[in-house]
Amino acid sequence: MKLITHNMLTSKCLKGVVTGYPLAINATDIKVKEVDFNPEFISRVIPKLDWEVLWVAADSIGHSDGLPRSLENKYDENEEFLKKAHKVLLEVEVEEGHLTCPESGRQFPISKGIPNMLLNEAEVQ
Amino acid sequence: MTERCLELLLLPEDSSCLLLDIGCGSGLSGTVLEENGHMWIGMDISSSMLDVAVERDTEGGLVLADMGEGVPFRAGCFDGAVSVSAIQWLFNADKKTHNPVKRLNKFFTTLYSSLSRSARAVFQFYPENEKQLELLTTQAMKAGFYGGVVIDYPNSAKAKKFFLVLMTGGVGPLPQALGTEEPDSLQVKYAKREATKGIRGKPIKNSKDWILEKKERRRKQGKITKPDTKYTGRKRSGRF
Repeated sequence: MKLITHNMLTSKCLKGVVTGYPLAINATDIKVKEVDFNPEFISRVIPKLDWEVLWVAADSIGHSDGLPRSLENKYDENEEFLKKAHKVLLEVEVEEGHLTCPESGRQFPISKGIPNMLLNEAEVQ
Repeated sequence: MTERCLELLLLPEDSSCLLLDIGCGSGLSGTVLEENGHMWIGMDISSSMLDVAVERDTEGGLVLADMGEGVPFRAGCFDGAVSVSAIQWLFNADKKTHNPVKRLNKFFTTLYSSLSRSARAVFQFYPENEKQLELLTTQAMKAGFYGGVVIDYPNSAKAKKFFLVLMTGGVGPLPQALGTEEPDSLQVKYAKREATKGIRGKPIKNSKDWILEKKERRRKQGKITKPDTKYTGRKRSGRF
């Protein structure tokens, strides 16, 4: 699971959950895969992200070094920064582990890099 | 078909967008999105299909999820959504507890919130009959979408393809279907939400049908009601 996916994922489909964001990551296996760097996409996607959540997520899996905790002005001109953001967003992948809903504590397993958000009948709103 | 979906999405030219691929399966449509320079996150209910996508080394994010339970993403995060041959599965009730209408409703309302302002969603699908088409458009409209169904090559049994094009930004013209000359042929359009209140099964308030129904109700309750005549609920001129 890439961190860009994690930044967008919520557990709000659960019964009784209001926002269900952000999900806490517990990773047991992490991989880094190479992905083509597209600076335009990275600068376009950064405003959509919750940067704080991204930093905390990266930190929880030990990949936050070099990544600033808060966005500076004119980050889109800083190629070093964009490259680091690209790595954290698209190249670092959580292969095994689980995500935890902050409101209900329900855990969503991650297996082979894919988070399982399927709910059982009692959990659907 | 994914290319056609992208065409109908009307994304800003030459920009890289974050798209949602609903029912992404083995990532075939996702690969097309990647080739067009976009980043995508896909969701599918089948873990075996998603495993194939992983093997194919797709660059998109993958999530194992059931669209009928809702689209589990943050508000306003996607610039657009595509779906190739997936939403017809919502009509099936695969479990006893599944209610297709509720699932469709859940899907469309959560999708609406996950799309950014003026984003579009394009679904290529195979409807079994008119009823399914109607159910789909009603639920989408209830969720707040505008749009309609674009039918490519409507006169060919083989090439005919249905695309449900949904817009969040407000009423706009539907794109022209392929294989048609006249712009208005065989397109299901809906723009005004008020006009379709009648579809909910109740007559529009203060219409003649509503008046007649109300009088029936009063009679059943035992209240004194004037008999229905040719003047009941007649159109009055402005002087009244």
